[in-house]
Amino acid sequence: MSTATGLNSPERPATTPTFQAPSTGRKIKNNVATFLVGLAFVIALIPLVWVLATVVVRGIGAILSSDWWGKSLSGVLPESYAGGVYHAIYGTLIQAALAAVIAVPIGILAAIYLVEYGRGRLARTTSFMVDILAGVPSIVAALFVFAAFISILGAEQSAFMVSLALVLLMLPVVIRNTEEMLRLVPDELREAAYALGIPKWKTILRIVLPTALSGTVTGVMLALARVMGETAPVLVLVGYSQSINFDPFSGNMASLPLLMFSELSNPEPSGQFRIWGAALTLIGIIMILQLGASVVSRFSAISK
Amino acid sequence: MAKRLDLKAVDIFYGDFHAVQDVNLSVSPRSVTSFIGPSGCGKSTVLRTLNRMHEEIPGARVDGEVLLDGEDIYARNADAVAVRRTIGMVFQRPNPFPTMSIRDNVVAGLKLQGVRDKKKLDEVAEASLRGANLWKEVKDRLDKPGGGLSGGQQQRLCIARAIAVQPDVLLMDEPCSALDPISTLAIEDLIGDLKKEYTIVIVTHNMQQAARVSDQTAFFNLEATGKPGKLVEIDDTEKIFSNPREQATEDYISGRFG
Repeated sequence: MSTATGLNSPERPATTPTFQAPSTGRKIKNNVATFLVGLAFVIALIPLVWVLATVVVRGIGAILSSDWWGKSLSGVLPESYAGGVYHAIYGTLIQAALAAVIAVPIGILAAIYLVEYGRGRLARTTSFMVDILAGVPSIVAALFVFAAFISILGAEQSAFMVSLALVLLMLPVVIRNTEEMLRLVPDELREAAYALGIPKWKTILRIVLPTALSGTVTGVMLALARVMGETAPVLVLVGYSQSINFDPFSGNMASLPLLMFSELSNPEPSGQFRIWGAALTLIGIIMILQLGASVVSRFSAISK
Repeated sequence: MAKRLDLKAVDIFYGDFHAVQDVNLSVSPRSVTSFIGPSGCGKSTVLRTLNRMHEEIPGARVDGEVLLDGEDIYARNADAVAVRRTIGMVFQRPNPFPTMSIRDNVVAGLKLQGVRDKKKLDEVAEASLRGANLWKEVKDRLDKPGGGLSGGQQQRLCIARAIAVQPDVLLMDEPCSALDPISTLAIEDLIGDLKKEYTIVIVTHNMQQAARVSDQTAFFNLEATGKPGKLVEIDDTEKIFSNPREQATEDYISGRFG
């Protein structure tokens, strides 16, 4: 303020310019900080690019081979380069889908309870439990399902058991994410709906949920992508099969992580070939899911 | 349409906090009543008890009677949802539903109450938008989202949405405080039109606005922070602004405090 008037007032002409170049010390600090931030970014990027490049380079041959997407490894000798992994792709997709069918409705309803209805002790306990569940390692979830369903209830190992373990891993992610999205919906919209004489349940169903939809869908997709790569549940809860098994409720079933694990014990170079191919396939599927999530969220994004 | 409101010995509490003490006032049909007073004096709180909106805050409670044409809206078996269908509300900040088109915003109340008849919905949408002086500006883009309108247009959209469910009373909580002077003027003109059919209660921080739009003005005040707010006086707007009974009212409207 004083400098502005000082510059313009005729009584007090400015003797030195008010605006000078930044001091050398500040320039150095600025450059050092910029360099450090940039360096951190590059360092963080190196492993990511490295992993991706390695997987692409080593796996591209496998996924471009003619039988990769349409055949299983049924009857294929370990040293042979023939066969494909569609049995494992099917396994990964069906196990994740079954988990989602169970975890998404429960997760969304739980989040609605926490945000819209939860008061007092029950809500606090639920919230705390969700936090704990989020920290449970996947091997523990797998062992829990093994103990509860297979040892005690006498169920057999099957892909569905894997799905149950994946449910445990998906639930906290879906709940937390949906909760965040619902909390982002302004209370003003709820009040506007109440003031029109719309009951609370309808307000939640028709106003709050659609407003939070895009974020919720993105969260579900990310949770799905995460559980698809889980390895512990498939190691503990289902046997590996080289051929296709469409029934998730009985028998052995392959999945991409399980296929990679079992090919590890194949000493032939074709084993390596399949491992990298399966890794690239898994990354590809997850990438498609992420892209799908961003497309969905763009389509249903709230236009301002 | 257009019913009478009577408040008898209304006390409002938030948990242990006594927010507003002993309010008695009457609002006649087809008139505009404005609530004025310094911040924190409880005028918005009183407004929100008139359609049971304050119940959304945990721990809020009301003693006394709020009568709509003689019927207590706080009677034990009175459904808050039904009360709000009869007594509509427009808020401080325009809040159109972001996922809905302009048309769907206007008929949201009816649609979510189960009206399916598309022809009827279109008629109501047009009538309400005309009623809110917005029809001409939006008739060519009814399917565009409501969020794309200007602030003043959004607020008129919210008024259209509120009158689309045909309430008996319309409550407005500082409807112009987020708007520029031209949009404010448009809303004030609209209030003048709406009072031919509705009973209107408006909270405003703008005393000139109270003087311009209302037939009756209520002045609320509080003795000190932490004490309950009180209705100091209610009278014809002209009387309040020229010759109020209470010294506090005169001090407030002449700008000596608040």
